[in-house]
Amino acid sequence: MADTVTEPSEAPATVRHTDETMGTVFSLDVRGGVPAVVRAALEEAVAGLHRVDEVFSTYREDSQMSRLARGELTVGECDPEVAEVLELAAEAERISDGWFSPRYRGRLDPTGIVKGWATERAARRLAEAGATGVSVNGGGDVQLLGAPGADRPWRVGVSDPLRPGGLAAVVSAAGADQLAVATSGTAERGDHIVDPRTGRSAVTDLVAVTVVAPRLTWADCWATAAFAMGSREGSRWLESLPDVEGLLITAGDEVRCTGGLAARLG
Amino acid sequence: MRKSHPVRRAVLATAATVSGIVLLLSLKPASDPGSAAAAGGAAPPAAAQSPQGGAQAMGDGTVTGAAARTQYGAVQVRLTVSGGKITRAEAVQAPKGGRSDRITSHAVPQLNQAAVSAQSAEIDAVSGATYTSAGYRQSLQSALDRAGG
Repeated sequence: MADTVTEPSEAPATVRHTDETMGTVFSLDVRGGVPAVVRAALEEAVAGLHRVDEVFSTYREDSQMSRLARGELTVGECDPEVAEVLELAAEAERISDGWFSPRYRGRLDPTGIVKGWATERAARRLAEAGATGVSVNGGGDVQLLGAPGADRPWRVGVSDPLRPGGLAAVVSAAGADQLAVATSGTAERGDHIVDPRTGRSAVTDLVAVTVVAPRLTWADCWATAAFAMGSREGSRWLESLPDVEGLLITAGDEVRCTGGLAARLG
Repeated sequence: MRKSHPVRRAVLATAATVSGIVLLLSLKPASDPGSAAAAGGAAPPAAAQSPQGGAQAMGDGTVTGAAARTQYGAVQVRLTVSGGKITRAEAVQAPKGGRSDRITSHAVPQLNQAAVSAQSAEIDAVSGATYTSAGYRQSLQSALDRAGG
């Protein structure tokens, strides 16, 4: 799966690409810039995603992350991105008071931050290459930069976890030059969110948490942490974070939003 | 406080996803009701709604999915497609009775309004719980990618 479609004639130029890696599919939608330059950046960005999978995958026995976790490598012997991600993960753990954890069953495993970080990085590469609008969706977590056109902002639908095919909300990036929308939930992969305190599947009343924030690296971590916290504590905590909004949906179909979310809907 | 509740929801969500997704992928012109019904498999036949304008590449019109059974009752969704985009998603059937009813009557309309009001929900991407590669092919994001819109 590696389809690239270029749509000429309409300004700004549109380049789309989908790519399968990290156990999911990335959808890239790039507007504006010089097409040849943008396409080169797109190839680089996609290669970067595959490289991240190679280095960080805990499913690959020979990845640097697996070898690091087994003590066969030191952080200094790994690619510099490994140290960068581990530092970000440690910060996420600190800010979330331990609800986000870069460990799984006691073993080093920053998987929870890698995809969001890699998606954001891919988006920034494309913007740096001159694209005026970038949307990169990493398996359901989206980083938006710029705008798709002069007259309209990026718009992201939030899947309704209880009404498949339906949307629970639409988030608009109007007025923001960067915005990320990340969702954690049980819908697709079952109970993959672990309560770091017990090491078991998080006992939560939630089926999905969507976080809206400038950077996907953090939005993704905060969605995971809030999901594990449950609706009451999760919404309170998200409310306390600056520039972060949240939409929390419980198994009983109750919805909690942070105070500023409404300004982002539409 | 066992985790049985979320697990059950996850199973339900998965089951419901299948029917919802099938419905999504069967977004053919509404003048072809058989396609949606056939895609619904053993589920009750989907009722095709009146088309809105001429069918284009992606097929404009509305399509109603088979009802999915949840522990709270049947849920049935109707989608409206226009210009290759889903412009409206609404629950035509939602759980009734007791607390469920109260929540449904408040939460669903409010959020649907949020989802659908501004310029017909023209969206560029979809955020949701991480999909697998296989799940992607049945996702709304995949439909957007294919529609190229």
